[in-house]
Amino acid sequence: MPARKLGRSTVKFASPPIIVGTGTVVGPVEGKGPLASDFDVVLPDHAYGERTPEKSETKILEQAAKIAIERAKIEKSMVDYYMAGDLLNQIISAGYSARQLSIPYFGLYGACSTCAMSLALAGMVIDGGFADYVLVACSSHYQTAERQYRYPIELNIQRKTTSQYTVTGAGAAVLASSGTGPKLTHATVGKVVDLGLKDVHDMGGAMAPAAADTLLTHFADTGRGPKDYDLILTGDLASFGSEMLKELVRDNGVELGANYRDCGLMLFDTKSQHVGAGGSGCACSAVVTFGHVLKEMEKGTYKNVLLVATGALMSPLSCQQGESIPCVAHAVVIEA
Amino acid sequence: MRLKNGGESVTYLYAFLVGGAICAIGQLILDFTNLTPGHMLVILTVAGAIAGGLDLYEPLLKFAGAGALVPVSGFGASIARGALAEAKRMGILGLFTGVFEYTGMGIAVAVFFGTLVALIANPKS
Repeated sequence: MPARKLGRSTVKFASPPIIVGTGTVVGPVEGKGPLASDFDVVLPDHAYGERTPEKSETKILEQAAKIAIERAKIEKSMVDYYMAGDLLNQIISAGYSARQLSIPYFGLYGACSTCAMSLALAGMVIDGGFADYVLVACSSHYQTAERQYRYPIELNIQRKTTSQYTVTGAGAAVLASSGTGPKLTHATVGKVVDLGLKDVHDMGGAMAPAAADTLLTHFADTGRGPKDYDLILTGDLASFGSEMLKELVRDNGVELGANYRDCGLMLFDTKSQHVGAGGSGCACSAVVTFGHVLKEMEKGTYKNVLLVATGALMSPLSCQQGESIPCVAHAVVIEA
Repeated sequence: MRLKNGGESVTYLYAFLVGGAICAIGQLILDFTNLTPGHMLVILTVAGAIAGGLDLYEPLLKFAGAGALVPVSGFGASIARGALAEAKRMGILGLFTGVFEYTGMGIAVAVFFGTLVALIANPKS
């Protein structure tokens, strides 16, 4: 077995990469949520001065990336790789933002798991000695996702109780081979899990089995359990999905207690804000992790955090053709 | 009470009840099935067209006026009514030419004002 691998699918970094700078931008609805003060930029509206919401998404992704580079106190030219992804066809937000940044670029698609996926890959690239600085970033936008995956925004379709609200925002982080800051110690790469669910209005429910699989694999590989973490964070399972996850891992003898939370539920006040079951989208786990959780780690609230970001890998076309929803979850451990 | 135009004011109540009932069916379809709003629209339109073709929608229109006409099932009934009327006038081809006989104006108005509003307004979320 490779020297830095544990068990089936976990990597333990020999010299853990350090998160030396982050940048977060969120939309107007997220800016009214309970975590608003943790973000670098809150947009006044969804358009953000652009003619289309797609341009607006590219702009916020680029902005988050630039803030992260600035916070890392490095020059853009020192960044070895830019790894980014989003939810749109051909991951255009990432591609167009890379056009502006002119940093060697890897485009990633992991749907809403992109945040953890990019951290895992960046960690491997740095720990492998292939880079000193890697910039990871991802974005999502309510209006762009809504019209690609669901209905034109103009239709103003009613939400179901299990429907989730795509987070408008972008999160970016610079990982470095040396420096000070929270460290990325482990990464567990998920496999695609599909239990045959087809309801696109209940993505949390579809993704929960993938989250459970990765979580249980992580515990088995590392010999750890839920009690070893101050915070276990899922990306965007929202209210129905996170309850399902708790049940699924309970069936395997693992109890998720008060240290388990979901980014999609933390970002909004789900009672007063009309966001259905909670937030979703690439930006959901990215802005909560890079904006809120890392700040809390700095304050000493959390010492070690396990982030499990889930992604649903279907397309509107595959759903129309009657395919079920394949899901993946990637996990990373961040220690203060 | 009789109205100036010769109708009964109780028609307003019937319009409200019948129109509300048709919309409630649409809402139930959305709430209790996995069908999309598109499916719901097509189901109600086709149901209206079938009812119209069997002369079952006409009494409802007389009874509830706009309450039966305005929901999309009324649109379906108008499609059937136009097609059947034209079929009587000019034979089988009328089934095709008559489809927009009574609904053409509604479609043209929807396209025109839809375009107009798209030009001056931006969707909010």
